[in-house]
Amino acid sequence: MIRLFWRDLALAFRSGGGFGLGLGFFLILVTLVPFGVGPNSERLMAIAPGILWVGALLACLLSLDRIFALDFEDGSLDLLATAPIPLEGVVAVKALAHWITTGLPLVLAAPALGFLLHLDSAAYRWLMVTLLIGTPALSFIGAFGAALTVGLKRGGLLMSLLVLPLYIPTLIFGAEVIRRGAGGFLVATPLAMQAGITAGSVALLPFAAAAAIRVALR
Amino acid sequence: MKLISVKNLTVARGGMPVLEGLNFDVSTGEILVLRGPNGVGKTTLLRTLAGLQPPYEGTVDAAPDTVAYAAHADGLKSTLTVRENLMFWAGVYGGRDIEPALRDFNLDSLSERPAGNLSAGQKRRLGLARLMVTHRPVWVLDEPTVSLDVASVALFAAAVKAHLASGGAAIIATHIQLGFEETVFDVTPYKARMDVVRDDFDEAFL
Repeated sequence: MIRLFWRDLALAFRSGGGFGLGLGFFLILVTLVPFGVGPNSERLMAIAPGILWVGALLACLLSLDRIFALDFEDGSLDLLATAPIPLEGVVAVKALAHWITTGLPLVLAAPALGFLLHLDSAAYRWLMVTLLIGTPALSFIGAFGAALTVGLKRGGLLMSLLVLPLYIPTLIFGAEVIRRGAGGFLVATPLAMQAGITAGSVALLPFAAAAAIRVALR
Repeated sequence: MKLISVKNLTVARGGMPVLEGLNFDVSTGEILVLRGPNGVGKTTLLRTLAGLQPPYEGTVDAAPDTVAYAAHADGLKSTLTVRENLMFWAGVYGGRDIEPALRDFNLDSLSERPAGNLSAGQKRRLGLARLMVTHRPVWVLDEPTVSLDVASVALFAAAVKAHLASGGAAIIATHIQLGFEETVFDVTPYKARMDVVRDDFDEAFL
């Protein structure tokens, strides 16, 4: 499983890999928003938490269909399914590799982009914390969506429709944590809810995704 | 020693049975060559033997981790080198030496090339070299000689012979003569009858 993890990371960083795709999209979105909304710092400050979370979510969505579709097309998924690694482990490792190449760069880049949106200085800490806790859920829920649509040609649209409703709780709690943190209120409740969603996704969805892949391979 | 034993097997593609009533055993040192026209269900049978799909009826008895499967797609990553591709699969199957596999399939001189730059035949050779690093007794191969030239077919035949000599077995769907003592199994007579009404047809759950 460690081998699979390193292989996925190596593939993501080589030419044609997915690394930087999500980050680039996030960067473009956040730099364009002030042009669209206007330079009024009060207004930007009010919408910054929401924009940052929506941007992270869409950036994550962009690279999801690569998780299994590429392996399905070149036959690797068949071979992995017959290999001595449990398919649940394959899913978990691939979702983790997706998070490291997509979610983690977003967490690290977010403060710089928060600055562009005049994010309240008290909120930076919570922006980092909530992205760090929330983005693994995006990768694991996304891996489940990708597994459900793996056998379909051009399944990206269907996958987005399946995955986006599942992303909404993470989005709501994430933006709420930043908003409360910026205002100096208690953040424990939304943060705990978000952490619960992440923990639940990481624990349960690899099993659901593995079952979906088994059906797709038949 | 029996490595894989098939009893009264029916295999289905897309919910429709394609081959039925199959009974055969494959023992150590044996090669079973499947023959039959296109679309008769050879690939479906091999996928069932590999455990990628459940039998429609009947049983496939084999110890766990018996079968190494190779299909039309080689499962290569074009941005990884030949060595990295093979190292990955060797690692997945327990991390053993890949040098014999590189040598036997004449890939030594190509080992640092990205797999995306290989010709179709070279990719195929790499896909077959993967079988050697799995160290599994039964090779289940679907048209392994596609896009191989005469010399490469000879390399492949030699690798299969060495595998059999070390106690393995192979089940191969192919149309060419590989030049070893094989049991030919024509699956055409086992084609599933379409006029039988099957009352358990449950397309809604496929």
